[in-house]
Amino acid sequence: MTGAPARPSLEITGLTLRIGASEILRGVDLRLAAGRIQGLAGESGSGKTMTGLAVLGLLPATARLGGSISYAGRELLSMAPRERNALRGTEIAMVFQDPSTSLHPMLSIGAQLTDHLRHHRRLDRAAARGRAEELLARVRIPDPAHALRRFPHQFSGGQRQRIAIAIALACSPKVLIADEPTTALDVTVQAGVLHLLRELATEMGLAVLLVTHDLGVMSAVADRVAVMRGGEVVEDGERAQVFTAPAHPYTASLLASLPGAAHGVQSLDDVRALREAARE
Amino acid sequence: MSTAELIRAGGIRARMRERIPRAWRTPLGITGAVVAALWLLVAALGPLLWPHDPLAQDLPRLQAPDGAHWFGTDELGRDVLSRVLAGARVTVPLALLLVGLSVLVGGLLGLAAGFFGRWVGETVMRLTDLVMAFPTVILAMVVAASLGASLVNAVLAALVVSWPAYARVTRGLVLGVREADYVLADRLLGFSAARSLRTDIVPMVSGPVLILASLDIGTATLLLSGLSFLGLGAKPPTAEWGSMVATAINHFDAWWMGLFPGLAILTVVMAFNFLGDALRDALDPRTAGVLTKAETR
Amino acid sequence: MSELLRVSGLRVVYPGRPPVRAVDGVDLTVAAGQVVGLVGESGCGKSTVARALCGLVAPAAGTVVFDGTPVPPLGLRRRPVALTRIQLVFQDPYASLHPRRPVGAQIGDGVRAAAARGAESAEPARWLDRVGLAADAARRFPHEFSGGQRQRIAIARALAARPDLLIGDEPISALDASTQAVVAALMRDLAVDSGAGLLFISHDLSVVRLIADRLVVMYRGRIVESGPARDIWAEPRHPYTQSLLAAVPVPDGSGTLPPATPDGVEYPLDPVLR
Repeated sequence: MTGAPARPSLEITGLTLRIGASEILRGVDLRLAAGRIQGLAGESGSGKTMTGLAVLGLLPATARLGGSISYAGRELLSMAPRERNALRGTEIAMVFQDPSTSLHPMLSIGAQLTDHLRHHRRLDRAAARGRAEELLARVRIPDPAHALRRFPHQFSGGQRQRIAIAIALACSPKVLIADEPTTALDVTVQAGVLHLLRELATEMGLAVLLVTHDLGVMSAVADRVAVMRGGEVVEDGERAQVFTAPAHPYTASLLASLPGAAHGVQSLDDVRALREAARE
Repeated sequence: MSTAELIRAGGIRARMRERIPRAWRTPLGITGAVVAALWLLVAALGPLLWPHDPLAQDLPRLQAPDGAHWFGTDELGRDVLSRVLAGARVTVPLALLLVGLSVLVGGLLGLAAGFFGRWVGETVMRLTDLVMAFPTVILAMVVAASLGASLVNAVLAALVVSWPAYARVTRGLVLGVREADYVLADRLLGFSAARSLRTDIVPMVSGPVLILASLDIGTATLLLSGLSFLGLGAKPPTAEWGSMVATAINHFDAWWMGLFPGLAILTVVMAFNFLGDALRDALDPRTAGVLTKAETR
Repeated sequence: MSELLRVSGLRVVYPGRPPVRAVDGVDLTVAAGQVVGLVGESGCGKSTVARALCGLVAPAAGTVVFDGTPVPPLGLRRRPVALTRIQLVFQDPYASLHPRRPVGAQIGDGVRAAAARGAESAEPARWLDRVGLAADAARRFPHEFSGGQRQRIAIARALAARPDLLIGDEPISALDASTQAVVAALMRDLAVDSGAGLLFISHDLSVVRLIADRLVVMYRGRIVESGPARDIWAEPRHPYTQSLLAAVPVPDGSGTLPPATPDGVEYPLDPVLR
């Protein structure tokens, strides 16, 4: 996408996070724009998941945050808890990695959807059901009217994740944080969820933060890619550029070890060469 | 390391080593530790602390507490303070012995039940069912009465009702550990059943069992004192708190005869309970969940 | 190449209502010095196959023959010494090492297993070096290492037993993407160099095809396609294999979304074998 950058939906500036003696985030800068998917890549321990949790205010009580997270002109870090809670789920929503644990196993999905709607939007039962059916249809769950009465375990993994997305979208949020949304899914099911995220971003003008370690997923669906390492963002650019001409050596080394990347390993000898290089 | 890795790092013992000091920093933990330590000291020092001979009946009878006799004297002219202190020598070591034996007997049976399974497991579990079907104290009373009243028999009777909880918990823990990848990997390398138990299973199971034991010392104290109170444990003239309380019932005006032994029982039980709670809270909450008393008694 | 492992008609059923046919008639062979990649998605039965091959799970039907002798299930008795020639590398590097024994001692168990058969094995420190870790790591404990390092230690322990057949049950899935290819190649090289066969189980096709000589694709407990890895990768013939390969997103920065498979598609179960 070219043209003058629009005002960001969510802006993270100099975010620091400390839990106990560990510095988890050391100054993270990110911008989320409406209708665009911002990827946040990194290996385990890089701090990418913590960044997502920080935006939603889902960190443990012992977490000490610094810097700024600005949404619609308001500063999230200095907001009162009640205001923060009002935003969570309604304007800023999150989808987690494992739909088997993010959906309540003992409530029908209709109950989980309508509960959310009635609580936040004060809809009556009929209106909530109508909206719930709409949402399920939007995420392509077959036969939404009957699906409302079914339970999570009666759906496949991919369908469960789409239901989790439906719940996240129930109150038409402006920002969606997706934390490893397809990592727990089989690869043949993954594409369906990624297509959905792409469509929703475009059609609903959602600003999406896609947190994942899977660079293949990143390449398929992100518009911009930020790479984290050791609590900092080491690279942040347009997707095509980051993958074909990474600016930071860490990004280059990540890509070099992936089969299928532009300069990635193509054969066993390439991998052996990488191993020798790592030994030194 | 990621947060998840940090959390999983180290076994229970490693966490115990770092967290036990932290556990004692809680006010209750410290109180418990101090009081328990004091009673252990009293039991250890024994005769050095007693102002009078606990068995000597030469003092004026039924004297209220005063300067000469801080806890007064009983109906046979014995100094209550000396008897309370002497009682520590009986109750505290026996309670510890009871818990130790229960862990040993219950733990070994539970280990066998969990590891070997099939008929061994079934037999042990049905035995525990049998014992646990009876109300604890009543069964202990019946066993003690049929063996004859004595401290040794009281401990045996209490052991009969105490081992099943340990067997159950140990079995559960062993069932969990038995399927762990590292246990399987070692079996594929040719570990015998004995080596597997010794190296892979017991070290991972002993932590939670020991915590359960520490929580249990208070209960053991109550059980033993209770049996003595009912005349099924310590025989006169042994100074034992439970039997002292029993005698005091017949001399209700001499309130000091029952109050002080009663307070002794109370403080010992609460001290070990606080200590056990603090230990449990300091460790993995998931382990603590396994050990709530409701599940085992 | 001599054939090490022959699996015929393997069937494993898990109890339940109805019982689950985790593995429903699988035939497989692995030869010495050969790397066979077994791929498939969750629930296809590949992990169950790994466990059945080691005797960790008893088959309901079929035979597993290792070097001419059938492999018995692992009971309470000590594993017969000859069968320690089959070793397994588990998926979760955080669960496959004893948390409270030094790493060197655990590798030492592998060395002892080899010695019990009269096979020569190097010292733990040498094995640590071969998997790319410092020799002084032997005194340290598993929790001092990262996931990737722990997996290397597990590989060292398995190889220290000088197996003739090494089975990896999703050995790279729990690792960071940047180390997956390197660890997979390490397993291949170390196994093949010592003349062992390697059965490498994974759901990650793009890494498996780099190290495997043959590929076997599983779907719903059965094998739907098998043949030389290069051929299958270049020209998959079974519809399931085709959709599996097409679904893997390529990290080339082009923004190409793989095609979405509609829900509940069922593929034919007739195998294509080459």
